[in-house]
Amino acid sequence: MRRSVIGGAKRSSLFLLNQAHRSLLSPSPPPLHHHLGSSPSSSATALLLLLRRLSSSSASSPPPPNMSNPVTVQSINPKVLQCEYAVRGEIVNLAQRLQEELKANPGSLPFDEILYCNIGNPQSLGQLPITFFREVLALCDHPTILDKAETQGLFSADSIERAWQILDQIPGRATGAYSHSQGIKGLRDTIAAGIEARDGFPANPNDIFLTDGASPAVHMMMQLLISSEKDGILCPIPQYPLYSASIALHGGSLIPYYLDEETGWGLEVSELKKQLEEARSKGISVRALVVINPGNPTGQVLAEENQRDIVEFCKKEGLVLLADEVYQENIYVPEKKFHSFKKVARSMGYGDNDLCLVSFQSVSKGYHGECGKRGGYMEITGFSPEVREQIYKVASVNLCSNISGQILASLVMSPPKVGDESYESYSAEKDGILESLARRAKTLEDAFNSLEGITCNKAEGAMYLFPRIRLPEKAIKAAEAAKTAPDLFYCRHLLNATGVVVVPGSGFGQVPGTWHFRCTILPQEDKIPAIVSRLTDFHKSFMDEYRD
Amino acid sequence: MAPKGLDYELLNENVKKVQYAVRGELYLRASELQKEGKKIIFTNVGNPHALGQKPLTFPRQVVALCQAPFLLDDPNVGLMFPADAIARAKHYLSLTSGGLGAYSDSRGIPGVRKEVADFLLRRDGYPSDPELIFLTDGASKGVMQILSTIIRGPSDGILVPVPQYPLYSAAISLFGGTLVPYYLEETANWGLDVNDLRNAVSQAKSKGITVKAMVIINPGNPTGQCLSEANLSEILRFCYQEGLVLLGDEVYQQNIYQDERPFISSKKVLMDMGPPYSKEVQLVSFHTVSKGYWGECGQRGGYFEMTNIPSKTVDEIYKVASISLSPNVPAQIFMGLMVNPLKPGDISYEQFIRESKGVLESLRRRARIMTDGFNSCRNVVCNFTEGAMYSFPQIRLPPKAIEAAKSAGKVADVFYCLKLLEATGISTVPGSGFGQKEGVFHLRTTILPAEEDMPAIMESFKKFNDEFMEQYEDHKGYSRM
Repeated sequence: MRRSVIGGAKRSSLFLLNQAHRSLLSPSPPPLHHHLGSSPSSSATALLLLLRRLSSSSASSPPPPNMSNPVTVQSINPKVLQCEYAVRGEIVNLAQRLQEELKANPGSLPFDEILYCNIGNPQSLGQLPITFFREVLALCDHPTILDKAETQGLFSADSIERAWQILDQIPGRATGAYSHSQGIKGLRDTIAAGIEARDGFPANPNDIFLTDGASPAVHMMMQLLISSEKDGILCPIPQYPLYSASIALHGGSLIPYYLDEETGWGLEVSELKKQLEEARSKGISVRALVVINPGNPTGQVLAEENQRDIVEFCKKEGLVLLADEVYQENIYVPEKKFHSFKKVARSMGYGDNDLCLVSFQSVSKGYHGECGKRGGYMEITGFSPEVREQIYKVASVNLCSNISGQILASLVMSPPKVGDESYESYSAEKDGILESLARRAKTLEDAFNSLEGITCNKAEGAMYLFPRIRLPEKAIKAAEAAKTAPDLFYCRHLLNATGVVVVPGSGFGQVPGTWHFRCTILPQEDKIPAIVSRLTDFHKSFMDEYRD
Repeated sequence: MAPKGLDYELLNENVKKVQYAVRGELYLRASELQKEGKKIIFTNVGNPHALGQKPLTFPRQVVALCQAPFLLDDPNVGLMFPADAIARAKHYLSLTSGGLGAYSDSRGIPGVRKEVADFLLRRDGYPSDPELIFLTDGASKGVMQILSTIIRGPSDGILVPVPQYPLYSAAISLFGGTLVPYYLEETANWGLDVNDLRNAVSQAKSKGITVKAMVIINPGNPTGQCLSEANLSEILRFCYQEGLVLLGDEVYQQNIYQDERPFISSKKVLMDMGPPYSKEVQLVSFHTVSKGYWGECGQRGGYFEMTNIPSKTVDEIYKVASISLSPNVPAQIFMGLMVNPLKPGDISYEQFIRESKGVLESLRRRARIMTDGFNSCRNVVCNFTEGAMYSFPQIRLPPKAIEAAKSAGKVADVFYCLKLLEATGISTVPGSGFGQKEGVFHLRTTILPAEEDMPAIMESFKKFNDEFMEQYEDHKGYSRM
């Protein structure tokens, strides 16, 4: 009896303690929260220790729990709390709610479907996969049919041949086995040959690490580079929020450099220098420069001359160049071409000893858009053997990346060639997708530019438009009253009125006082006119409501 | 010249501290020898297909059809694929939004998470909420996600069994936390004593470390033991008292090779205990498609289920998952197929049962052959592999061998395993990679080499070992006892 009374008392005092502690923390989770046990409040600690001792001495009947709750929001890693990833943030949650609403009560909303323009996920919007790639993947998944006669009737001859080639590169032809932690050697050979063909400079298969999409590769590099907030990473603003999130998770400092919207999101080396020096003057050791080319969310394609300046800058300042080149196939204007940073550096005569360079590539983008496969690689050059060993070790903890994704990465870097049976159909599919994307980019860009207060740079590449909205004062006031960022306010209204999901510019970063949103160019072409008219109607009525 | 961003001296110290023996020195040496043309028997990783285990046919048919959905419209598809595989492929494609090529929800496809929840209900007899199930690229990713959420710094401790699967030690160093060891008792069949846990926690506390979580691996890796229900409920009670989240690594739940102690999940034991435990103890349990009779390691498919984790924390875990967009979709389908297998009456059922039973029964025989083989060797003792995929024999190294290792600059069990590798081609992992008591040495092998090769492997091991012991054992006045 007595024990249970004590138990009750214990529990309530702990409860109060936790409550008090929580109220200290509200309203928002603080950047650095001390766990109860290590809190500066020594009386709380003493009480807790006393209670723990009491609880361990009472062996029979359930003793009270230790309420220090290891995984509450108050006690988890504060870096987790700090990171943000707007591409799948609040707006997307709202969209999912609306979608459920539509399902439950069709006709209850002013639109009949949600259009996800928040994320570069082409196949979710109806883009078809490249047939040849899928044939090979299916055969590798189910190799027992490879030598059956009927297979010839269902699959192209070169897909069968390619599947054999790939299986022969896998020890034991076992696609269900963990591979080498860097990825299957034969596939890395193929990828290296593909890089060589692209750049005209040699690539070494041992420099390639296959990963589950490009994102884990980025995380791996951040983990390696960042020890504390004293380590800085130069990132473009606006940027793809993977970078800000990963830097926050690893506890580093994001050093912003601004892309110049006036010059089509140009990247000025003078701006890099300015930001680098400013960061250094604050005692931050800047370790790397992130460049996204073609740009996300900004869509610009860097000129080769500009890339040379960037390479020179990194070499001079001893920065690792982290080149996000996942949109290398997505170029929509004839006057621009993709040049890899590796090619640019090599053509300047710089080799391994001059520059640490990481190039990220993914199967999720390009014309193939195979997001669900989680395939990708990074090519690391200029790294010492000791550092490379560290990267290998970290990769090995996770054993290997998924084999389908690895196979697909090799296919993307060595598609069918002229003369192969599938070449015609492959080219037709690829060109069809890229040409259509170019038309969609242009249509949407023109539509945005025709709207009051909106200006939109051209999407030279990648998959996004990033229009700037000049919001009326009244809208900004209304947003403030609703305690939201003005661009989020606009995007939420847009979603509620049209079902079109876009991401507010604040998720990517923008010059203070300017407002943007990111919209993918991925809805299928036949849907674009309806989207344009919905956007136009919405924007007009929004402006009518809020125009100053 | 300016220092470069990736100079070794500047790297994150936590990265440098990481050790992961499963693919460490022994593995690298084995790969070298293989390149030189030597036949290597890789028993270092639980990687069944690499050692010749064939994939189950049905799931491969379904995933192949999902990869190439245009086949589903081909009138000849029925010549190559059974009707139930075609139906299942259509089912899974209908659960996706855009097939295998689209990112799914960052937690995994809702319909597959529902199938996992239904499986957990059947397995445990308690409902499971699909919203608290996250699919992952293999169980390792899930473990890392959870540990990175829990660990804030070096004063956060995680209780980890020793010997342990080095994923845990590696991830804890990577995230800058502190591993607080508790020892499994070899003489008690790798049992777990709750008093040791208490000591470990209070010792950690005296060093200013707050223990926040406890890891159990059941069935054990590398130790192969299956935890009893009584032991699990003691553990859960302990977690309740100490306010620890229990991380239940249950990836070997299908791999059971004896009948006295079937697998029982931590979740079921927790729910059976009733309140307050069932309402309070925070539990995350992990599963994978890489083990069991599936052994689909290369797919990287897994999930974790959260119990009693506050919803705000779940939101944070979701947010971090969303930064990586989604787990790979083909492996999500494998997971769906694993938790929702064929039923009696399905066209492919007979074949599926034949294949899966074949794998498990053979593993059971191999576990026996291996344990008996080790126990027949001089100075080697080995507990029976009750579950999982490994044997973890203790090698009683003579002082002269330990001396020789020291002068070669090697840890004694590394020295032994390297010699074993050079002499026989058998690639194992030294016990030091998993942790062991001071002065005691082990090695880990998988029980995965093909059954027909097993007797020859054990014979060649015995020959090596007994010669090694002959070489290093001091006969004068030194008895085997």
